Amino acid sequence: MIIAQQKPIKEIAAMIADCKKVLLAGCQGCVAVCLAGGDKETEILASALRIMRKLEGNPLEAVTYAATRQCDPEYIVPMDDLVKDVDAVISLACGVGVQYVAERYPDKWVVPALDTKFIGGSTVHGVWEEKCGLCGECILHRTGGICPIIRCSKSILNGPCGGSQYGKCEVSKDVDCAWQLIYDRMKALGRLDKMMEIQMPKDWSKSRDGGPRRAVREDVIIE
Amino acid sequence: MKYLSKLHKILEDGNFAVTAEIGPPKHASAHGIRHHAEMLRDYVDATNITDCQTAIVRISSIASGVHILDCGIEPIVQMTCRDRNRIAIQADLLGAYSLGMRNVLCLSGDHQKFGNHPTAKNVYDVDSMQLIYLLRRMRDEKKFFSGEEIKEHEPRFYIGAVANPFADPFEFRVDRLEKKVEAGAQFIQTQCIFDMERFERFMEMVRERGLDQRVHILAGITPLKSWRAAKYLQTGVSSMLVPDSLVERLKNAEDQKREGIEVAIEQIKYIKEKVKGVHGVHIMAIAWEEVVPEIVERSGLYPRPKVDLE
Ligand code: SF4
Ligand code: SF4
Repeated sequence: MIIAQQKPIKEIAAMIADCKKVLLAGCQGCVAVCLAGGDKETEILASALRIMRKLEGNPLEAVTYAATRQCDPEYIVPMDDLVKDVDAVISLACGVGVQYVAERYPDKWVVPALDTKFIGGSTVHGVWEEKCGLCGECILHRTGGICPIIRCSKSILNGPCGGSQYGKCEVSKDVDCAWQLIYDRMKALGRLDKMMEIQMPKDWSKSRDGGPRRAVREDVIIE
Repeated sequence: MKYLSKLHKILEDGNFAVTAEIGPPKHASAHGIRHHAEMLRDYVDATNITDCQTAIVRISSIASGVHILDCGIEPIVQMTCRDRNRIAIQADLLGAYSLGMRNVLCLSGDHQKFGNHPTAKNVYDVDSMQLIYLLRRMRDEKKFFSGEEIKEHEPRFYIGAVANPFADPFEFRVDRLEKKVEAGAQFIQTQCIFDMERFERFMEMVRERGLDQRVHILAGITPLKSWRAAKYLQTGVSSMLVPDSLVERLKNAEDQKREGIEVAIEQIKYIKEKVKGVHGVHIMAIAWEEVVPEIVERSGLYPRPKVDLE
């Protein structure tokens, strides 16, 4: 899922400093699961902003709504009435949601409350870790199910580099060396010979390359 | 045999090679580089020029290489994968070759986190293994990295790589060296050796696989200025192994700098006489280039062979 975290409240407040009334739009998708932009977080942020502005002697009217998800335009439609008389919409969705909201309301000031960080999952409650770099051409079958693109600090395809020691990456004692993990797994699977194949450079045209990427399924497109 | 560089000939002739390292400065004057080059000229066969080592901005390795060449030393241009994509790497290396540089050392490069621009975006479009392979293919098959044909004047580098016997997993270090040799590495410079026992175990495995017959290995030697420097490398730098006994020896020495030089000389003599399969030393006197001549001379490696490639 997409992992996001809330921006510092001061930054959010600064984005809507000249507004009298705002809509805080939460999302029940990924950002609710990672405790950044669901129902609860939306309500808490709304009260925090109200209190802050009240203390400044410049009260803010803040209404809230939590969409099923904001990355599908149809789930944004129900917000139409709420959006009408606000000066701005604060979206607590990932960057996709913020953009869909902005697209639907061309005359509204739409701002992000979250920093969209990465896709990954939780390791323990309250800790999330990046697992996939969305490279566009998965190579997990060549690396024992461990992604070197995003989990190796240098995205090396023929690791481990000379910085790997005691299972950790050279960048920090808190970061596992992805290639040590790959090595251990390949060894356990009796496939160390795979590690001797020279992996060629990736085709980055399948990744972030210039212009948005698109995925098309002709068979399900409705004319 | 047509030699690709002076270093290539020295190693192929079976000489025990001596290379050293010159670190470019954090400003725009080449005065220091030239000063060090003059000083080292008669004592080494070639010098590495680091490529923004530890991710600190310095004069580029290729620009420094021009100064070094001008002072009469053969440069070994270091090329890291951290700062350039495959287009920039090729462009820079075509340029380096056109400027007379003949040796290139391929490495991943230290992560930017440790440098003076920790907020930079790293590149790592290709890794060191791919770089070795693609440079060899450029030379032997006249192809750009993309596979497109190089119509004429392909760069013909003598290709080097690094090996770190002190990194983990230890068993894989010799495998990875073999992989680099398969990719096209012709000479190898190792990480600074402080733990001789581990280095000897590494070399034993290298010999068992006959890799010393396929690639020239230069042992990395770093003279230490003080016990604090030793301690720092022991605890603060990943991928180094510094035995306590060495830290103690420096700590107990009356003159730590002299002791550091003595240790380096002992190591070189030991490696040259006792460790089979090593074909030279690579002296990395970090910010201490001026001690290299003494180390070379007292290790019995002076004078250096005269080489005429023509
Ligand atoms: S290889 Fe690519 S698609 Fe597969 S997990 Fe890694 S980044 Fe994601
Ligand atoms: S130490 Fe491991 S994870 Fe870190 S950059 Fe090197 S190979 Fe990648």
